[in-house]
Amino acid sequence: MIKFTEDHEWLSLDGDIVTVGITDHAQEQLGDIVFVELPEVGTQVSKGDEVVVIESVKAASDIVAPLDGEIVEINEGIIDVPGKVNEDAEGAAWFFKVKIDDESQLDEYMDETAYKDLIA
Amino acid sequence: MGENLEKTPLHALHLELGARMVPFAGYEMPVQYPTGVMKEHLHTRTAAGLFDVSHMGQLLLEGDNAALDLERLVPQSICGLGDRRQRYAFFTNEDGGILDDLMVARRADGDLFLVVNAACKAADIAHLRRHLGATTVIEITDRALLALQGPAAETALSRIVPVESMAFMESTVFPSDFGNLWVSRSGYTGEDGFEISVACDRAEDFARALLEMPEVEPIGLGARDSLRLEAGLCLYGNDIDASTDPVQADLGWAIQKARRKGGDREGKFPGDSVILRKLADAADDADKRRVGIRPDGRGPMREGVQLFENEADDTPVGTITSGAFGPSVDHPISMGYVPARLAHPGTRIWGEVRGKRQPAEIVRLPFRPATYKR
Repeated sequence: MIKFTEDHEWLSLDGDIVTVGITDHAQEQLGDIVFVELPEVGTQVSKGDEVVVIESVKAASDIVAPLDGEIVEINEGIIDVPGKVNEDAEGAAWFFKVKIDDESQLDEYMDETAYKDLIA
Repeated sequence: MGENLEKTPLHALHLELGARMVPFAGYEMPVQYPTGVMKEHLHTRTAAGLFDVSHMGQLLLEGDNAALDLERLVPQSICGLGDRRQRYAFFTNEDGGILDDLMVARRADGDLFLVVNAACKAADIAHLRRHLGATTVIEITDRALLALQGPAAETALSRIVPVESMAFMESTVFPSDFGNLWVSRSGYTGEDGFEISVACDRAEDFARALLEMPEVEPIGLGARDSLRLEAGLCLYGNDIDASTDPVQADLGWAIQKARRKGGDREGKFPGDSVILRKLADAADDADKRRVGIRPDGRGPMREGVQLFENEADDTPVGTITSGAFGPSVDHPISMGYVPARLAHPGTRIWGEVRGKRQPAEIVRLPFRPATYKR
């Protein structure tokens, strides 16, 4: 299942693990990404916490945790090569994986059709 | 976009090229094209980039004493400016602060041609008219201004007018298929290149002729900013303003001997006592200095980031005035002010980014050596 937030994050649920990244639309708006700061594995996050910092050639942006849970994995590859986010935002350039207790947290977010309407 | 923004003669062309337009100094300007800031920056360094800088003010000073009159407002030697030569200058105030920075060229017809910043244009004109006596100040509103920058700029522009023989900071008028072009070999990217004043009604055709050439791509304000920052050049309003004097801004090199203590035309410009004393004396350790700053990490330290001498200090010693990622040097780059005692290259410093102290180093400017044609 894939869901989208109004902050242009995508959430992919697999068991109790949600993979989080930013949408292709978001990377396009940000422009060339030159720096990504990710949370530490093991961090407990609450919905709304600023967990990721993205710096593009234009400005710095925050990515907030879309869910309550524990960060269980981060994508080191995009720290080394931030430009990967511009190339494959909705694929290989995911940001972090968060382990959640309650799947119903995803209910409030948009499906792909609703998200496409939002950015249209 | 606000209805009250002005448009340059190339506005329709920018839209046709897919530019993202933003308000800048009262104008609607292209910040980037679909290519994107990073590629636009790198293209300018490897081939040639075309910039619309028509928002900048173009002025002519006419009169037998124009050079001497202008010297009453700037600490530069204008009388010493040779025919068809151009020079970087700045207007100062009574405290020695910088009111605007500008380019001054002496044309073959004897007039002085000035290019000033868009945001300061109206104030500059008023300032000139108030102080220039018999010299006439003409604001040119029927000409666009373009910059063609990069190692292939000469190849491209020489297909239209013979610019090959021009030296750096030379300014010449060429007749062309696009009317008279006022060309200077200069720019604000650290690259060889040209700035070209062209009649408004010929500007789009001229720009299209350049853009059809394989070397030339359109470049927006985004890349213009990272290019000038890599070149260590000041952005008025960020790195210099009325609260910074030329010594603090490390622009003493732009004040010629003739205007300094003991020179032929010593002083007699606003703020002369402060500026000349600072130029002659040993540096005051507590006075602020503009420096280059390289963050250790990959994260940029942008405008407004506060600087600390030690990681745990409570009180900042300075501030970043411009900061970005430098695509050609492949690391973050910043300029800012620190006390002169901390201004030596190699000095370690801390910047507070999002509440965290991050290490950085004072470095020599420019970040990337200029490739001007001397």
